[in-house]
Amino acid sequence: MSVVPVSYYLVLSAILFGLGVVAFVFKRNIITIFMAIELMLNAVNLAFVAFARAWNQLDGLVFVFFVIVVAAAEAAVGLAIVITVYQNRQSLNIERVNLLKF
Amino acid sequence: MSLPFILFFIFAFVSVAGALFLILAREPIHSALSLILVMMSLAVLYLMLGAEFIAAVQIIVYAGAIMVLFVFVIMLLNAGTEERTDFSKIAKYAGLPLGIFLLLELGHWMAHSLIGKTPANGAGSANVMVSTRDLSMQLFQKYLFPFEATSILILIAILGALVLAKRDE
Repeated sequence: MSVVPVSYYLVLSAILFGLGVVAFVFKRNIITIFMAIELMLNAVNLAFVAFARAWNQLDGLVFVFFVIVVAAAEAAVGLAIVITVYQNRQSLNIERVNLLKF
Repeated sequence: MSLPFILFFIFAFVSVAGALFLILAREPIHSALSLILVMMSLAVLYLMLGAEFIAAVQIIVYAGAIMVLFVFVIMLLNAGTEERTDFSKIAKYAGLPLGIFLLLELGHWMAHSLIGKTPANGAGSANVMVSTRDLSMQLFQKYLFPFEATSILILIAILGALVLAKRDE
């Protein structure tokens, strides 16, 4: 049975990461920008799993585990920040959060 | 075209389509639902790569816990349609070509990074099945200290979220 080469997974990972970057830059809603970060983390996870499979090493899977834990912590703190921003600005538009803009 | 290839292309297409819809959707809730679609199809790809534990964690933690948090905040803040802003001139004319160039560059180098590898080591060669038992041995022996450190990280995250979301008296 022929199998899917690792490079296919890596190309898919690159495409997803690129789309995550595009979403991060183009979206104007703070929550959607957070989702773009999650998309990029997912793309990196896919590359980790593919490489772990290619070299038959389990370290890559352990790293994915840690990335997921950090993503969960980041989402909890980040969404708390989003709520605070909304309470102060009454808007989720990233353009309204310009206090530090030069 | 054998079955693994067909499955791979189906779920790769679904994940890329979900990511595209995340960008194109104007409502944040649509973006969240399409991101869940991406995560689900990535879980299937993890299964095809022989990482059952990661696939389960992906669905339970990512698509379950984290995205429920996102949807909860979207509904809590009543996030409506996103406002479009007029992009700057540089973003309009240089952004798209540079973005496409980045995508091509990434895809090209990742596709060629493994060209010299022997097929015996390729994905899904099924000579060594990665079991969850091996993964847990690795996690609780070699990576025990980082594992314990993540618990402190989560504790700090809980405290930080509580302090940040606390309404000022």
